Amino acid sequence: MRKYLLGIGITIIFLAYSVVSRHQHSEPVVAPIPIIQNNSTSQYQSRPTTTNPVNTTYKDGTYTGSIESAFYGNVQVSATIQNGKITTVNFLQSPNENPNSIYVNSAAIPYLKQEAIQAQSAKVSIITGATYTSQAFVNSLTNALNQALQG
Amino acid sequence: MKKTEIIMGMPITVEIVDPKGIKYFDIVFAYFREIDNRYSTYKNDSEISQINTGLQKSKWSVEMKTVLGLCEQTRKDTNGYFNIEHNGKRDPSGLVKGWAINNAAGMLREKKITNFYIEAGGDVQVNGKGPKHQSWTVGLRNPFNSEEIIKTIEVSTEGVATSGTYIRGQHIYNPFHPDSPIEQVKSLTIIGPNIYEADRFATAAFAMGLEGINFINTIQGLEGYMVTDNKIATYTSGFERYVINV
Repeated sequence: MRKYLLGIGITIIFLAYSVVSRHQHSEPVVAPIPIIQNNSTSQYQSRPTTTNPVNTTYKDGTYTGSIESAFYGNVQVSATIQNGKITTVNFLQSPNENPNSIYVNSAAIPYLKQEAIQAQSAKVSIITGATYTSQAFVNSLTNALNQALQG
Repeated sequence: MKKTEIIMGMPITVEIVDPKGIKYFDIVFAYFREIDNRYSTYKNDSEISQINTGLQKSKWSVEMKTVLGLCEQTRKDTNGYFNIEHNGKRDPSGLVKGWAINNAAGMLREKKITNFYIEAGGDVQVNGKGPKHQSWTVGLRNPFNSEEIIKTIEVSTEGVATSGTYIRGQHIYNPFHPDSPIEQVKSLTIIGPNIYEADRFATAAFAMGLEGINFINTIQGLEGYMVTDNKIATYTSGFERYVINV
């Protein structure tokens, strides 16, 4: 449970980091985020991620993070380092009214990631997207308008 | 074997891998035609059109009452963002498509067919494996270029639904601000335990605008991938589990 919470804390920190760095880089932001257990119904296990583990050595102490606004509200955490390792992460601010409730309902803490979209050349079984029908709509409308022009 | 028919104003594609399942194509397509005849607001003689022109509640079919009940439940589940009433008329199409795909998939499973997918207008329910025993892969279309795929995901029993600015030419609107267009969000793809859940939440979350992806993130069992007008994708952490890097 402690590791789990720690993971979430680190995740929030990196989310905050990614929110800030988003404004500095046009490159897609890939933050090294620990894999968090997900309770959805998929039978698939987490795929190995391409991100590297964090190798930074930390100085001991307690550090308060900046207040970061995400889509879901403000987040602020403090991290305590002992012997170079993160031992505690506390939520000073969270979208929940009562910060303690996070520990009760930790699965509900949302965090999001971002990336720039990039075209892929993949062979897929099926395609999902609203554009198909949108395009059909536009095409049909264009066609109708062309006919209207000729009429 | 794969077949496509145009029903409900959109292409519906069914692929059944199991040879013993070939005979069920007709049943699946017939079911979608039945659904279209009952729920299409474009058909004057459909039950929903009759209801919208004053058919007494005592004459509504049991199935219609079930569907409208699910719509009401979804309205509550989505804090009012899923709302089938607009200008005094009911239009349950935002729920019926996913519901019908899910039912059709259930019919095939009941017949012991395990390897298939059903796709209607970009909403997908897969089951089992593809024709070469590979996992089903779903490509997410680039909302800025319909020729491109921007993400590939792998699914086995899940449903995948995408809401965009237009669905069959109709705007999804914010029921609380019907006159303000949803412009920032270009597409929102939801992976859910089945297509019914994925579709109804995709519709509602899309109507929430930028908040939609956050709403999805709070619901266990749902993952989302939102593309905004700045060509940035914002996605839930669990979404990555499904992504295939190609």
